[in-house]
Amino acid sequence: MSANVKGEAPLRSDHDIVLARQQVRRLTQELNFSLVDQTKMVTAASELARNALIYGGGGTMEWEILNGEGRRGLKLRFADEGPGIPNLDLAMTDGWTSGKGLGMGLTGTKRLVNEFDIDTKVGAGTRVTIARWTF
Amino acid sequence: MGEFLLVTIQVDMHDQMALKLQDDLSNAIIKNASRGVLIDISTLEMVDSFIGRMVADISSIGKILGAETILVGMQPAVAITLVELGLSLPGVATALNVERGMVLLRRKIDADGTDVSER
Repeated sequence: MSANVKGEAPLRSDHDIVLARQQVRRLTQELNFSLVDQTKMVTAASELARNALIYGGGGTMEWEILNGEGRRGLKLRFADEGPGIPNLDLAMTDGWTSGKGLGMGLTGTKRLVNEFDIDTKVGAGTRVTIARWTF
Repeated sequence: MGEFLLVTIQVDMHDQMALKLQDDLSNAIIKNASRGVLIDISTLEMVDSFIGRMVADISSIGKILGAETILVGMQPAVAITLVELGLSLPGVATALNVERGMVLLRRKIDADGTDVSER
């Protein structure tokens, strides 16, 4: 386990999304996540990183290693200063898409993680926090 | 590969690269008059909605250009994640590996009623 239990990465370009995926892969490997759980967390991170870039005009991914009762986890927070989501209920509907994706972005991502929280305000950006535990 | 194109995706592609691949592949189908495309993703550790859409689009584009597309080699962890994400890749034919993909391609093309050997 590396000494760093927290970190931050920029999300400013396509390449940053790739780097974010690789960072999450490394962290989930260090946490001994199963291969399926690694893949779920990496995929969730990829979806949210792309949202922050495309809809939010760029932002950051913060990560933190969590220590619970006998278990560990990974928390990721994607923040952008974009326009925010005007109708969150609609955005959280399966199959809804603004036209750039497959309509699985937020709801699909939620299914890949144990904890999912979204905080958005029109004109003030969007912050999505997800977490997945070792069991 | 004869009338088939084999594309092996071996890197973690950024989005622009995925779009470039879609473009290059469409051109290659035309240039080679390809009847079939095999996309091998056996080394890919993740398929998100963007890559999923790219693959589905390549399949649709290929069909319009007269080529069948088969996605081969998806890792189990990737398949499990894709389904949970809600992506069932409708219209995309899949096979376990390149060999089986070739057999499936051959069968699909023969079923079209076209004698490939005469081309």
